[in-house]
Amino acid sequence: MRLRMNAAIGGTLMALVTGTAITSAFWTPENPLRIAMRARLNAPSAAHWLGTDEVGRDVVSRLMAGAGTSCLVAALTVLAAVVLGSLIGLVSGFARGWVDRVLMLVNDALLAFPGILLALGLLAVLGASQWGIVAALGLAYTPTVARIVRGAVLSIREREFVEASRSIGNSALYTMWRHVLPGTVSPLTVLATSLFGWAILAESALSFLGLGVPPPAPTWGNMLAAARPYLESAIWLGVAPGACIALTLLGVNLLGDALRDHLDPRSRPQ
Amino acid sequence: MSMAMQHDRPGMLAARAALLSVEGLRVGAGRFSAVDGVSFDIAPGEILALVGESGSGKTATGRAILGLLPPGLERQAGAIRLEGEDLARVPPARLRELRGGAIGMVFQEPMVSLNPAMTIGAQLGEALALHSSLGKEAQRAACIAMLKRVQITDPEGCLRAYPHEFSGGMRQRIMLAAVMLPKPRLLIADEPTTALDNLAQAEVLDLMVELAHENGTAVLLVTHNLGLVARYADRALVMQRGRVVEEGPARQVLSAPRHDYTRLLVSAMPQRLPRPPRPQGEVLLEARGLTVDYPGRSRLFRRLPGKRAVKGVDLEIRRGETVALVGGSGSGKTTLGRAMLRLVQPSGGQLLFRGKDVTAGSTGAARDFRLACQIVFQDPYSSLDPRQRVGEIVAEPLRHEAGMDAAARAARVAETFRAVGLPGMDRRFPHQLSGGQRQRVAIARAIVRRPALVVADEPVSALDMTVQKQILALVRQLQEERGFACLFISHDLGAVAEVADRVLVMQDGAIVEQGCRDAIFDAPRHPYTRALLDATPRLAP
Repeated sequence: MRLRMNAAIGGTLMALVTGTAITSAFWTPENPLRIAMRARLNAPSAAHWLGTDEVGRDVVSRLMAGAGTSCLVAALTVLAAVVLGSLIGLVSGFARGWVDRVLMLVNDALLAFPGILLALGLLAVLGASQWGIVAALGLAYTPTVARIVRGAVLSIREREFVEASRSIGNSALYTMWRHVLPGTVSPLTVLATSLFGWAILAESALSFLGLGVPPPAPTWGNMLAAARPYLESAIWLGVAPGACIALTLLGVNLLGDALRDHLDPRSRPQ
Repeated sequence: MSMAMQHDRPGMLAARAALLSVEGLRVGAGRFSAVDGVSFDIAPGEILALVGESGSGKTATGRAILGLLPPGLERQAGAIRLEGEDLARVPPARLRELRGGAIGMVFQEPMVSLNPAMTIGAQLGEALALHSSLGKEAQRAACIAMLKRVQITDPEGCLRAYPHEFSGGMRQRIMLAAVMLPKPRLLIADEPTTALDNLAQAEVLDLMVELAHENGTAVLLVTHNLGLVARYADRALVMQRGRVVEEGPARQVLSAPRHDYTRLLVSAMPQRLPRPPRPQGEVLLEARGLTVDYPGRSRLFRRLPGKRAVKGVDLEIRRGETVALVGGSGSGKTTLGRAMLRLVQPSGGQLLFRGKDVTAGSTGAARDFRLACQIVFQDPYSSLDPRQRVGEIVAEPLRHEAGMDAAARAARVAETFRAVGLPGMDRRFPHQLSGGQRQRVAIARAIVRRPALVVADEPVSALDMTVQKQILALVRQLQEERGFACLFISHDLGAVAEVADRVLVMQDGAIVEQGCRDAIFDAPRHPYTRALLDATPRLAP
């Protein structure tokens, strides 16, 4: 019962966030980039529900547009990490031997760095841009995905149906594609949801440090960074994006837990 | 209970005050009942067999006695009295005292019922410390004496060793030692040897019965194997769908069964029927000096020595015949079977298919060989991809059949499903089928391409006796219709007697005896063959 409740809350939160992100591409209450110097740092009112920022832009509109940017960056990051990581994990787990050893040596070396530090280094080379962040974070998360996929492949390849596939004359490549890969989907789905959350957080952190999506395009992270000098006089500027990040992460985590329980038959109640 | 029973030994035992008395036991979940009104008595020192197939409620009955039912199932009605004390009503503390003390239990899976992180000594000591007042030294002495009794060589070293250092049979003997140490009055043995080969099975059960007689322990032997009932039990209780359908002295139940279900079980015991000698066909697959080495595992700083699993075996399989490869666990028979199909690469020797060398490479001959030889695995639960429909599973080998269009493939798949007795089941997923049905799917996958040879690796040892009988009959019938040869790998000579034309006995990586079926069964020459034959459960003593 508690499980269903969590899944429902997580699902609602994520639906809200993605819905807002998609809507923002077509419509926001005001142009999130329009500057109005006469309406700087207005408190929340009927005209501006969450007030205006230091150059008079509508905070609600910027939050909506920020949801779009943050979700897009996070989704692309996850996609990049999952595709690249699965490929490495699959090859490594299936080939074994020296291929496995070399791939996992590099992988483990990368894993030893904190993801955000690795991304910072990569961004210093790639330059701060939306695509730079996707590439940097994607690469930073690849080793984690590769590890998980390799583990799943190692356990599935020992099952008899894989040997059965070889015994009927299927090639190794076909066996891998048809019988081994599908088995990695459930651990991957669970990992992907939590990666999505990490990516949103990491993007915010990078933006906060000034290495994120460059202004004036709004993201939750750079809104938070911009709000810092005004926290005493205009607290809504910091609270609003902070709350958005927190609620999104909560949604992702609840949904991830529910998915894990749903996909793993062992954790189902008797 | 009949009057006639009073005259023989088991009857006399039952007439004395019962050690354990179960009355109207009902176990279930909600409206579903797994055990439905079961009553029986066990006299002190008596060996009672609880016989039935999967789903008959025999395991739930055994577990209900100790209050160890799996979550979901509960005791809904009935009394369980151990020497007059109702186990259903005693407080949990008293029940814990009885478990392991007055009542011991041996489980099916020796791999998991010993704790892998504790030494054997610590695990043996645990039960003694709980259920006796012996001092440390006396405990140790008792453990060593018991390990000696269950024929563990070097019992002192054994105390310091961990479970993974022992084979399945040895682990089950250690488990037996642990359970018998506190000298329980009742021993519940739930399929104690199903995971073992016949040799280890006979060893463990002989010991169990000897120990029970020495200590006056009564045994409740839960099993699906009538051969074990014949050999070890005084009385037998036959269960079907949660009810007791027949009860009586073991001999009588087996030799003159009254209930239809018991008759079905008895007729499912493998029999050696006369087999007309088959004309010698041409040689299909031949191994010359086949050798398989497994490399040693690499540890941190060294490589452990490897193992030669198959030591230069010569063997030939002729068209249409069934060759049985028998041996205990670790004899190398499975590896040899895999190597014959090149699923394991041989490290030496030659493999000739229809006279052409197919030992290595992927030449035309090797490819023909791969397509013409198929395998059926032991475990129908792990040999089918859980994400495919069984129709897709059976159709998959046809990918490599040249010149077959989709319609021809669908027709072939449907025809194969009919041939294995599963017409119209192709839309199901493996988990929607029973064990026997899954094994039929595995057989369908093996024969769909009309192979010349099928290697069957223990195809029936994971199945119930009646299902086993049906699958063996199916294999024989398909073979007669389609004329493929079969390499039948098994540790169970009973199953081998049903299907084999020729028998090869394998021990320690080498073939020690071979000959036609009747010669091996009637006049075995090698001591290992004789040991295997002696260990085979059968109805007649």
